Amino acid sequence: MMQQAETITASPSKAARARNYARHYGWFIVPAAVVVLAVIIFPWIFTIYVSAHDWHLGGERRWVGFDNYIKLFTDSRFGWAMLRTLFYTVLAVVFPMILGLAAALAFNRKFPLRGLARTIFILPMMATPVAVALVWTMTFHPQLGVLNWLLGQVGLPSSMWIYSANTVIPTLVMIEIWHWTPLVMLLILGGLASLPIDPYEAAKIDGANGWQAFRHITLPLLMPFIVVALIIRCIDALKAFDTIYVITQGGPGSASETINIFLYLQAFAFYNVGYASAVVVVFFAIILALAALLLWTRQRVKMK
Amino acid sequence: MANQITRRQALGATAALLGAPAFVRQANAQSRFDWKRFAGERIEVTLQTSPRGLLLQRQNKEFEDLTGIRCGIEVVPEQQHRQKIIVEYASGRPSFDVAELSLHVNKRQVGKAKWNTDIKALIADTSITAPDFDFADFGAGMVQYATQSDGRMDSLPAFADYFILYYNKELLAAKNIAVPTTWDGMYEAAKALTDPSRQIYGHVGRGLKNANVVLWSSYLLGTAQRDMINANRQLITDTDDAVWAGEMYKKFLRDVSPPGSIGFNWNECQTTFMQGRAAMWVDGIGFAAPLEDRQRSRVAGKVGYALVPKGRGPNHHCCLFGAGYGIPEASRKKGPAWLYLQWALGKANQLRMLTSGAGVPARSSPFGNEQAIASSTFPREFFNSLNESAKIARAGLPEIVPVTQFRDVIGTALTNTISGSDVATELRRATAEFRPILEQSERES
Repeated sequence: MMQQAETITASPSKAARARNYARHYGWFIVPAAVVVLAVIIFPWIFTIYVSAHDWHLGGERRWVGFDNYIKLFTDSRFGWAMLRTLFYTVLAVVFPMILGLAAALAFNRKFPLRGLARTIFILPMMATPVAVALVWTMTFHPQLGVLNWLLGQVGLPSSMWIYSANTVIPTLVMIEIWHWTPLVMLLILGGLASLPIDPYEAAKIDGANGWQAFRHITLPLLMPFIVVALIIRCIDALKAFDTIYVITQGGPGSASETINIFLYLQAFAFYNVGYASAVVVVFFAIILALAALLLWTRQRVKMK
Repeated sequence: MANQITRRQALGATAALLGAPAFVRQANAQSRFDWKRFAGERIEVTLQTSPRGLLLQRQNKEFEDLTGIRCGIEVVPEQQHRQKIIVEYASGRPSFDVAELSLHVNKRQVGKAKWNTDIKALIADTSITAPDFDFADFGAGMVQYATQSDGRMDSLPAFADYFILYYNKELLAAKNIAVPTTWDGMYEAAKALTDPSRQIYGHVGRGLKNANVVLWSSYLLGTAQRDMINANRQLITDTDDAVWAGEMYKKFLRDVSPPGSIGFNWNECQTTFMQGRAAMWVDGIGFAAPLEDRQRSRVAGKVGYALVPKGRGPNHHCCLFGAGYGIPEASRKKGPAWLYLQWALGKANQLRMLTSGAGVPARSSPFGNEQAIASSTFPREFFNSLNESAKIARAGLPEIVPVTQFRDVIGTALTNTISGSDVATELRRATAEFRPILEQSERES
């Protein structure tokens, strides 16, 4: 008993140990802290600071407070860009999710040359977006493009694809689907591979058909993977820029001017840095809210 | 008798004797000019992707051998290049020592911020300017174009770009149609040549927002108004003449151009014309080289070159655009950079630019080199239209700081007219949208 008491008094308290640890090893976090400060914290503070200024590159910087934000919410071009972004995002998330899930279920079954088929299916994902965009631009050419030639071969009328305000966003979404459905398929396929067999055997004994097994076993068990794919797709679709810029530059007119194109034009074509910074801040807030919503959904799904 | 010296020969010989010391002095000065004074240094040059930029990139070793200066040269696509240099200038520490400047886009902005050094001061310094540099050889119009309102010339004029009319001789001949000389005549000709069942169209032109403004201004230059801002630097883009130009634009793009022209920039126009699908095309002079390339073009040898047609006004003009090469004030290698400018825009390279169809040099001497022109692969007609265009060229865009925003706003209005919107309404809306932007910019200037 005496010996134990001596041991307790001899060893430092937990708090003292932590202080000692921090004193000796705390400076190890300095490099990481400096990097985070330099590449995340400082740019953010600076962006917010710039957003409170009227500043054109090469001109004077003038403090305007919230004027840029007020202007933003009365700018119909910004409003339209937000609506187009929403429209594009919904289409570019829903279709790859449905097709990716269907492809994953198909590729989860055993059939001859399955490995080869999977490899071919994921090839678009490996292509560089700008190169992909340039190739698609050529295929969409109304007179010289291969797509209209193919339509003509099967007796269908030509389409204007990216050269019409009515069809430009669905056409851009088509590229997005072609490009990123394989990623959704891969994520969900990973989930399918990890599903247990027991619930299916039990369902079979209970007389469940294929649809019932999918609806009541596969889908709920896959939900965490689907939510991850959904988060990734949402973020990707919201920040889509390269393909749209290379193919249409936001045109015809402003028909495909999403928020990223709007932001790019303000910052790097009109050099309106203060206003562009306000767009960044608002857009970041929206993405943050969306990410929080999706993460909350994921937590709920996991808890179930 | 045969050996008798005539009076004319005697006078000539005397003049030669009197002039000899001057020639010898110049030759000595030339031989004394030390091109190697900065040997071992390194400079960075940034140019736009164009036949001109690529030509200098190919010849880069010649400069390095001449001066001993190592020269890193980057060639960046036009739009991205304009943005890149402005962002770098604004940073205060640009990574380049020589930059190409689109005078019709960035001139006022760069001049206002005084980002470039005054080239006139360098020209005046005989210790670092080669005696055969011959500044007087640069065309007065181009020198004026490169000079800022405060008298500083912050870039050395490099080349001009005129809008001309390209036409497919074969298609016009097949319908016995003469080369049009008025915009109305061109529209009628284009209508006669349009045959959608064969996918042949009478005209192709820029429909893409921003890029399309220069086609509209081509029509506007043919009116009495001629300009986009008035003497008080106020916007005049919703006047009768502006609307007439807009109606002309709408007619050409809607009625006699290929479907989908609303999204065409110069590259789609070039492809369509090269494939023989369009009979006429109004655009910059620099496309002769790809059009005459027998490996890539189906219309090589069949292309005609002419002045842009006349409008309804008393004046006849074609759009003028241009570029200069400048040295950033922040550069620490102004001496080597100046040597680069003297070489890149020297007589030899400017002649190469002309004879290879890469563009219109800012110097006058290449046009006088009959031998080089005669040996060029381009038809005489090309050089003639170029010479004639030089006489009627006028700035195709207003000289204002927010010129890109101007192109964006007016360009969107024009694009909307292709979709059927009313021209006058669209131009009024666009003018009202851009007016406060211009006013603010002018106040700050």
